[in-house]
Amino acid sequence: MSNLKDKLVSSYIAFEDHLEPDSPIHDLRNEAMKVFEEQGFPSKKEEAWKYTSLKSLEKTDYSIFPKQQEKHTELKDVRKYFLHDIDTYKIVFIDGVYSSFLSETTHDSIDVCLLSSALNKPKYQPVIETYFNKIAKKDSLTSLNTAFAKEGAYIHIPKNKEVEKPIEIINFSTGNEAAVMLQPRNLIVVGENAHVQIIERHQSLSENAVFTNSVTEIFAEKRAYADYYKVQTDNPSASLIDSTYVSQARESNCRVHTFSFGGKLTRNNLHFYQNGERCNSTLNGITIIEDKQHVDHNTLVHHTAPNCESHQDYKGIFADKSTGVFNGKVLVDKIAQKIDAFQQNNNILVDDRATINSKPQLEIFADDVKCSHGCTIGQLDEEALFYMRSRGIAKKEARALLMYAFANSVLESVKIPELKQRINKLIAKKIGVSLGFQL
Amino acid sequence: MAKFTEDDLKKELETKEYEYGFYTDIESDTFPVGLNEDIVRAISKKKEEPEWMTEWRLESFRYWKEMIEPEWANVHYKKPDFQNISYYSAPNKKPKYDSIDEVDPELLETFNKLGISLDEQKKLAGVAVDIVMDSVSVTTTFKDTLAKKGIIFCSISEAIKEHPELVKKYIGSVVPQKDNFYAALNSAVFSDGSFCYIPKGVRCPMELSTYFRINQAGTGQFERTLVVADEDSYVSYLEGCTAPMRDENQLHAAVVELVALDGAEIKYSTVQNWFPGSKDGKGGVFNFVTKRGLCEKNAKISWTQVETGSAVTWKYPSCILKGDNSIGEFYSIAVTNNFQQADTGTKMIHLGKNTKSTIISKGISAGKSQNSYRGLVQINSRADNARNFSQCDSLLMGNECGAHTFPYIEAKNKTAQVEHEATTSKIGEDQIFYCNQRGIDTEKAIALIVNGFSKEVLNKLPMEFAVEAQKLLEISLEGSVG
Repeated sequence: MSNLKDKLVSSYIAFEDHLEPDSPIHDLRNEAMKVFEEQGFPSKKEEAWKYTSLKSLEKTDYSIFPKQQEKHTELKDVRKYFLHDIDTYKIVFIDGVYSSFLSETTHDSIDVCLLSSALNKPKYQPVIETYFNKIAKKDSLTSLNTAFAKEGAYIHIPKNKEVEKPIEIINFSTGNEAAVMLQPRNLIVVGENAHVQIIERHQSLSENAVFTNSVTEIFAEKRAYADYYKVQTDNPSASLIDSTYVSQARESNCRVHTFSFGGKLTRNNLHFYQNGERCNSTLNGITIIEDKQHVDHNTLVHHTAPNCESHQDYKGIFADKSTGVFNGKVLVDKIAQKIDAFQQNNNILVDDRATINSKPQLEIFADDVKCSHGCTIGQLDEEALFYMRSRGIAKKEARALLMYAFANSVLESVKIPELKQRINKLIAKKIGVSLGFQL
Repeated sequence: MAKFTEDDLKKELETKEYEYGFYTDIESDTFPVGLNEDIVRAISKKKEEPEWMTEWRLESFRYWKEMIEPEWANVHYKKPDFQNISYYSAPNKKPKYDSIDEVDPELLETFNKLGISLDEQKKLAGVAVDIVMDSVSVTTTFKDTLAKKGIIFCSISEAIKEHPELVKKYIGSVVPQKDNFYAALNSAVFSDGSFCYIPKGVRCPMELSTYFRINQAGTGQFERTLVVADEDSYVSYLEGCTAPMRDENQLHAAVVELVALDGAEIKYSTVQNWFPGSKDGKGGVFNFVTKRGLCEKNAKISWTQVETGSAVTWKYPSCILKGDNSIGEFYSIAVTNNFQQADTGTKMIHLGKNTKSTIISKGISAGKSQNSYRGLVQINSRADNARNFSQCDSLLMGNECGAHTFPYIEAKNKTAQVEHEATTSKIGEDQIFYCNQRGIDTEKAIALIVNGFSKEVLNKLPMEFAVEAQKLLEISLEGSVG
């Protein structure tokens, strides 16, 4: 049926030949491939994909193993994509291959390096066995990634270590070939009491189509703190399916912010599993898109232990023919009493042809809980606009101001000042104004 | 006084038996089990229906054969064997009664046990009751009063014979034959139901009401209701259900169609109290109902429902807001206890300009029950200035039940304003403490809080019905509230 599926299935046979047959990961890959072969790409008939179609991706002839020609990507070309005003650790991939000269990794008390070395070196074997593919959902797309997973970021922060500077994970695609498919796989383990901030970005450097099927697993141990930012500002020919799975041990705090401004089709699967008491989870997002862009946020917070909190706040501004989807689920198990879960999704439709489909869900099996969700679809307040215009603020600026204010609650919770400024600029650019001040 | 604890309440609830579980021994004319074209023809023949109706039924049956049972709802049950159901059952003594004295005394006794004595209702409430007992209308009261205004209120089979032009025009216009599995089944085999037509500009002077009962063991109940309100008319329609106790699961697949023409208003209230199954989850009614209303220009449809019964409920009273300035409302209380499962909610489809809809849904789950709200609010691209407000609150009692919310919100128009809010909580200890402190014991305090929780919806019911609804809430939750 699906061209891309057939291609992937046959490519796997070739890919398998190059692998070491006795590694434990090998069986995992075979199993994962079997799952993908059975299920294929999800269709709109599946409830979770009701509003997002992958048909256009399936029809495109993506190259599965990008040619690894050593065309130099100069630092000056890509510098603007880094958070350059502060010092950071960097893990940079170009067409899925690690670029050592653009990166800045470390093994000094913390591990900020590559998944490929972690998979192959015996030193890391215990970590891989404990964590790799342990919380990733066994659905078809994640399985596809597992089968082909070769490269990605490997970050391991040991106990009681506070990482002094943020870590950037950047995936570039050069567009040397017409269309490429990338499948990065990241593994992040934050040890007991450790503290880390991570920024992830996907960026294509040409107009050629790229399809990224990325999977990230994050493990936060006892009292760990992990702050994860996803900046999605790719160009309009790029599609991204990002699946992020977070497992939290007791008293840990995990925050994931997703800023979706670019790309043709973006799907974010963000799943949190709280496995200990007094966990705190934050899932925030700002989506501002136009043209025919499509952004789908699919979130799940699974509360399996008592006394936990979760907080979701997604804002969306949709212009032109763009489509936004929010599908959030809060699941509270029977034993997870005293949960405080909040879920909010606010949307603004700017143009008549824009569409928003929102489905905030609660599934609650415990009685002593405080769970609520709210969802709104509306417009900018005409009275507020009038107020500003009557005081000499042009319509465009007034609208922009209101949109800023709308997204501000999410922006405010960004803990890296430089990143906040960067996103501020991105929003200003997106709305098409430059305000003479910073919010 | 000994403290009435939550455990006591729970115990009391568990032992609370279904009060309306009795079986009236009236000889019934029942068809053999199974379903095929011959049975469909036989039903139609039995009802002395014209040729077009028989054809319509057969067409529906052919659609149904092609369809598969839906599985998407958040309920789990053993699927009924559709070939093991008798599709027609009617009380045997057929002649129609002119006055209430002629009605089988045994039947009257049944109603008395339900506390809905016809005489009393006639006098006190001014309600015309079209009683459907195992599918055939037994008596229709107040028909004369209504006839003077030009209002037609009769059983659907009578309407097919006497007002074929109206039935032909509107039946299947809101819920098409192939709308869904159960609607198709109903269209093929519906046994009886009510038909109501309010002429132009007429305000129906009384609440119209129908009581459905499932009586014969192993018979499915397939009701078909059609309410047509012509331009600028008004009608308030009540539907109430109680069913006797049975061990087998009984199937109830009804279809209700409302048509509100320009400027008309229909208020449709339901109290549903089918047998919910025993406290260990045995028996109970399967309630798979399709209810939908169509609003033309400036029309208004208001659904109010109190759902306390059925083992499995699958029901989404919906409004299609086709005309400009039309209004749809949905007020619901769904109570589940023991092993009951309910998946209920509404659909508001905004097509016309300046359309408004309000959804207030209150779910109360106790025991080991599962209660889901599933709703759709759809704003289409031409529905300028559409407005929706939804509120879904769930109350959980005990830690073995579940409350779920699945709202779907789809907006394609930039002028749309949609708000959705949902909360899930239990009765706050501080609230109970507050009441206790002021000399209100725990049981009363809980009753008070639940009453307050559902007030918004209860208030929407007509007076006579509100009393019964409150009684039902008590029966379903008395003691369990904790």
